[in-house]
Amino acid sequence: MKIARHLFAASLLLLSAGTAHAGATLEAVKHKGFVQCGVNPSLPGFSNADDKGNWTGLDVDLCRAVAAAVFGDASKVKFTPLTAKERLTALQSGEIDLLSRNTTWTLTRDSALGLHFAGVNYYDGQGFLVSKALGIKSAKELDGASICVLSGTTTELNVADYFRTNGMAYRPVVFDTGDLTIKAFEAGRCDVLTSDQSQLYGLRIKLAKPEEAVVLPEVISKEPLGPVVRQGDDEWFNIVRWTLFAQLNAEELGVGSANADEMKSSTNPGIRRLLGVEGDKGKDLGLSNDWAYAIVSQVGNYAEVFERNVGKQTPLKIERGLNALWSQGGLQYAPPVR
Amino acid sequence: MRPWRNPRIRALVLQALVLALVVAGFAYIVNNTLHNLGQRGISTGFGFLSTEAGFGIIQTLVPYDETSSFGRTFVVGLLNTLLVSALGIGIATLLGFAIGVARLSSNWLVARMAAVYIEVFRNIPLLLQIFFWYFAVLRTLPAPRQSLALGDSVFLNIRGLYLPSLVPQPGAWLVLAGLGLAFVVVIMIAHWARQRREATGRSFHTVNVSLLFLIGLPLIAFFAAGRPLAWELPELRGFNFRGGLILIPELMALVVALSIYTAAFIAEIVRAGILSVSRGQTEAAYALGLRPGLTLRLVIIPQAMRVIIPPLTSQYLNLTKNSSLATAIGYPDLVSVFAGTTLNQTGQAVEVIAMTMAVYLTISLAISLFMNWYNSRNALVER
Repeated sequence: MKIARHLFAASLLLLSAGTAHAGATLEAVKHKGFVQCGVNPSLPGFSNADDKGNWTGLDVDLCRAVAAAVFGDASKVKFTPLTAKERLTALQSGEIDLLSRNTTWTLTRDSALGLHFAGVNYYDGQGFLVSKALGIKSAKELDGASICVLSGTTTELNVADYFRTNGMAYRPVVFDTGDLTIKAFEAGRCDVLTSDQSQLYGLRIKLAKPEEAVVLPEVISKEPLGPVVRQGDDEWFNIVRWTLFAQLNAEELGVGSANADEMKSSTNPGIRRLLGVEGDKGKDLGLSNDWAYAIVSQVGNYAEVFERNVGKQTPLKIERGLNALWSQGGLQYAPPVR
Repeated sequence: MRPWRNPRIRALVLQALVLALVVAGFAYIVNNTLHNLGQRGISTGFGFLSTEAGFGIIQTLVPYDETSSFGRTFVVGLLNTLLVSALGIGIATLLGFAIGVARLSSNWLVARMAAVYIEVFRNIPLLLQIFFWYFAVLRTLPAPRQSLALGDSVFLNIRGLYLPSLVPQPGAWLVLAGLGLAFVVVIMIAHWARQRREATGRSFHTVNVSLLFLIGLPLIAFFAAGRPLAWELPELRGFNFRGGLILIPELMALVVALSIYTAAFIAEIVRAGILSVSRGQTEAAYALGLRPGLTLRLVIIPQAMRVIIPPLTSQYLNLTKNSSLATAIGYPDLVSVFAGTTLNQTGQAVEVIAMTMAVYLTISLAISLFMNWYNSRNALVER
């Protein structure tokens, strides 16, 4: 039952001895030999397991990149599939080391929940998926609609705000998992499915006839999605945050999995620092000096990860848009490795 | 004699020690939890109950909107749980008794059908049955524009069952008062009829007379007050029907699944109860000239109830707790609304889960107490 995980997490909070201190997570991770990463059970492009149990996706690759940075081996990661409802409790209680599960960065989660967002690996916004047969062109025409929505998400709150401010009525039909949501939408239980736009594209693939549903143009919210860690362990926070930054810097510097080895002999000081040829950047993070080299050579830079999982060659066909580098008109901007 | 040689003193000391250990254990857990929560920067306390919830709920029995508090979501979820449990218990009891009696029928076909029903529904996991009723049955229902209609007041489609609702106009309290008065009269008649039967042995048509009062009095009040009730009919506007009373498909699927599943168990309990009454009782009743129906109602069932009630209580408790599976199909019960959305929006797992567990415990204890009272009333009175 769903409540079981909450009970388990709550009891962990009750019983675990309070010994959290800086560096505890890295120590524990190194001791057990893998990173325990919380991911979405089923969201094509972001986190999805195939029939052999191999995980793929943008969020999954971030977990792998952290494992590469810590162990020099991207395969030293175990995945915990979590529903939207379970994810934050699982992280709070210490069941997972890192949550990489299309989770929106908000004030409440940063402050009252005792969590820290280590960055944004996907800039998203909430949208609406409707059946083409309805002939709807804009979200403003949705007065009185039944809306399928995921439980325990920011989208559940946004849709309430949006309909209230526009003076429209709606009926929320709330499910635990994306699969149930899209199934209910397909069955006609609701007129509209609302979620982050990236998810809508991912869920639409699961319809029997994806071409019969359209995503409306309106984006009603900001949804910066990123990896989350617990508060109180700055070292681990830095590792996760700089894993993402390393991938962004690598893209900016033109270093990818294909050319990482030859780039080691590059004369560009920025590249030499990133790949650990010059300086002790890795040591200060508590890692080995070739941490970023391991990330880039085994998982790839941000562009590679993006194109491989959600880009134009994939069924999702998502443009870089907001997720392009700052130098190419997007929002992805990483501080320098210096 | 030295005190530790005295078994009574030794027992007292040991018990005090165990009690002290338990109390210390609890104190340690509470203290440790607060310490952990504080250290991880997680908010604690019940202050969140008065902050604005900000999300919508599809079915609310009390006024609720997005500006209501998290405390209100607790009440909404609790009432939705109580609603589905009460409906489930009512339907499962009726269905279970009917099937339990049917299984003992001398008609071969009826008895076999009842047996098949019990074996099928008792042996399929409840969650699967809930999914079956929700997804398999839901998909066969038409879209709102192609609703199955009964006249122009009742509609059935994939969004739910739409019924006309009664809207009270000024003066409607008179009708309610009439109904209340009728209840008082009925209780008095029942009391009087019973005393007379015990004194003289003459029976009275209590049921017929009661129905006359229960229907007649509110009706008189209705016309006397100038018809203060109006029908509100559901009406197709835009995407959905609006107005009237709506039973959402999640509620229907859940009630159907819970009652059909639990009815299979209740049927077996009823069969066991009836079989526990010795055959001689039936023969004695027949010998007195009672027809089979009356024999069942007046002789067998009252004696069988003594065997039936204790296990029946367990089934009621099971049904109530099983109703928390509602969250799987999106019915807004306590687990879905409060231990789900509210927990996630506030992140206060310890408080929310503790409150939710306390509620289920309270409901279960209340049902238990009621059934125990009912059982003691039905128990064999030794004279």
